[in-house]
Amino acid sequence: MSTAAVTDKRGSSLRSASLPKWSPWAIAGGSIVVAIGIGAGAGLTSHIQWGLIAALLFVLGTYVIASAVEGRRQAKDRIATSLVWVAFLLAVVPLVSLIWTTVKRGVKVLDPYFLTHSMGVVADSEPGGGIYHAIIGSLEQVGLATLIGAPVGVLTAIYLVEYGRGGLARAVTFFVDVMTGIPSIVAGLFILSLMLMADMQPFGFAGSLALAILMMPVVVRSTEEMLKLVPNELREASLALGVPKWRTILKVVLPTSIGGITTGIMLAIARIAGETAPVLLLVWGNSFINNNPFSGAQQALPLYIYQQYSQSSGSTAAYDRAWAASLTLIAFVMILNLAARGIARWKAPKTGR
Amino acid sequence: MDTTKTTDAPPPTSQPPANVQKRVNRGATRPGDRVFLGLSRGSGILLLVIMAAIAVFLTYRASLAISKDHGNFLTTFEWNTNLVPPSFGIAVLAFGTVVSSVIAMVLAVPVAVAIALFLTHYAPRRMSGPVAYVIDLLAAVPSIVYGLWGALILVPHLNGLFGWLDEYLGWTGIFSWQGGAPRSMLTVGILLAIMILPIITNVSREVFRQVPQMHEEAALALGATRWEVVRMSVLPFGRSGVISASMLGLGRALGETMAVATVLSPTFDIQTSLLDPGGGTFAQNIASKFGEATQDGRDALIASGLVLFVITLLVNGAARAIIARRKEYSGANA
Repeated sequence: MSTAAVTDKRGSSLRSASLPKWSPWAIAGGSIVVAIGIGAGAGLTSHIQWGLIAALLFVLGTYVIASAVEGRRQAKDRIATSLVWVAFLLAVVPLVSLIWTTVKRGVKVLDPYFLTHSMGVVADSEPGGGIYHAIIGSLEQVGLATLIGAPVGVLTAIYLVEYGRGGLARAVTFFVDVMTGIPSIVAGLFILSLMLMADMQPFGFAGSLALAILMMPVVVRSTEEMLKLVPNELREASLALGVPKWRTILKVVLPTSIGGITTGIMLAIARIAGETAPVLLLVWGNSFINNNPFSGAQQALPLYIYQQYSQSSGSTAAYDRAWAASLTLIAFVMILNLAARGIARWKAPKTGR
Repeated sequence: MDTTKTTDAPPPTSQPPANVQKRVNRGATRPGDRVFLGLSRGSGILLLVIMAAIAVFLTYRASLAISKDHGNFLTTFEWNTNLVPPSFGIAVLAFGTVVSSVIAMVLAVPVAVAIALFLTHYAPRRMSGPVAYVIDLLAAVPSIVYGLWGALILVPHLNGLFGWLDEYLGWTGIFSWQGGAPRSMLTVGILLAIMILPIITNVSREVFRQVPQMHEEAALALGATRWEVVRMSVLPFGRSGVISASMLGLGRALGETMAVATVLSPTFDIQTSLLDPGGGTFAQNIASKFGEATQDGRDALIASGLVLFVITLLVNGAARAIIARRKEYSGANA
């Protein structure tokens, strides 16, 4: 924007010389052409290298031209701008590639048959089979984890915001922070150490317990933020009417913030639904349908992806299944995310903040 | 009188108001309040108990394993838990974990800071909203999907880069390449960098957004260019935020399991070159060795998990401490 104003006043003696507004585009175009020339001339096969050469030429070209015309300070400004743009584009490449390949390869075998059949006796190297057993397992494990993790998380947040004073509340706040950073595999190992002592075999609910541990701090954090948004006037008005505190919380505070709390819980679900490590340690995986999370090994979507990748020794059919399962998992997580944001917007607390 | 007392009561400790209420309307409120307070305080205490239990049980199983360890748990370069007596050590894992995380940080932090600057100060306003949203969503992509993508898409694309590094930087020793599949520590570092990019970007963006408008306008009024504004007012203000964001990212990179397990070809030794396949990380080693581990083997893996637990606690604790200190500053600024 400011460059436009500068160009208009080019004649003014108060201003030093500056490049026209279109110059970045011209330099970008020029460096792309030169990069293609160099790439083709030197016989570089990878287009990524072409892109990197173009980016390098763009940054260098901008600096040289700008310092010749505008002076050092402006040149530095331009080089910073172009570096920031290059960093952004560089980062976008892998992320776009990730989504693009998952969708492109995932749709190959993703059909109703794939979603409604288990692997059963289909060998890993053969085509066929599906992820029904993994979906069932994931839904049950994540559902049970939510049943444990969400209430504990919400209640802890209520304690911290509505009751919490003193040493206990400070300790809980600190350890919730610390807990957020626990690697998922450590949560898995913790439940595993319990199972080793009780001499238990892997089963779905053990995975749920580990997932619940991972979920609690996330729920506490987001619920806490939401409860803090509820204006104190509402609480005071309710208490002034003689409503007991617990009913104030249940009937006034929670309904006001329910949208945000739901959003937080859904984001936490989205996070634990993609966890592989605890499931690998505690649930083992199973190519047959096991509807009972309390006995026997189960399957889960992330674990299914890992096993299709690692146990298939490079068969295309297994890779196709892994991509299709990835697409299903990403779709599930994204839908949860989008729905959570929708709810957050729809049910946002109507306060002046 | 009594009513004002009850409205005043909630913020301070919960005991006095209960007494006051007992006098006002005995019976009707007390049981409900007590149950509710008990429930919510109970869940808070449950969280503390879980944390304590994690530490205690991991330490207990780890001590079982270490007492049977014939090698030195810290310095032995092998992981043979099936030998009699077992011999294992975490030296290789500690090295691999640190190296891969450091590579990830070196690659990710500058790019993430640049993207955060891009979103807050450089991008056209119409663009920055959707881009920030997409980055939010990318933070939610499960790590196993990153792992699959890394193993099947990223690894084949790295042949060119590895060849180039070997040709021009091979003399340094750490960038020499014997031509194995590019499933080495550098690959892991690159993939981890891509994975922690969204989280570092998100936190840094929040911090940059809080830079007081006045600071920037003051710099602009002195005739600073946009880069000078960023360098003189935005970056100094956001420095501690960026540091803590990086440490949160580091915590993630240290504990990442599946992406490393899918991309790395693990061996239990230390490769001097970053490009040659081999090495391992704590989390990856647990995931890969778990399937064939016996009871003792599992205890040994739990011992290595305990070390990982302690490391991530320290890193995250440091990050939180920096954030907490920063909160006071920003309060003073606001």
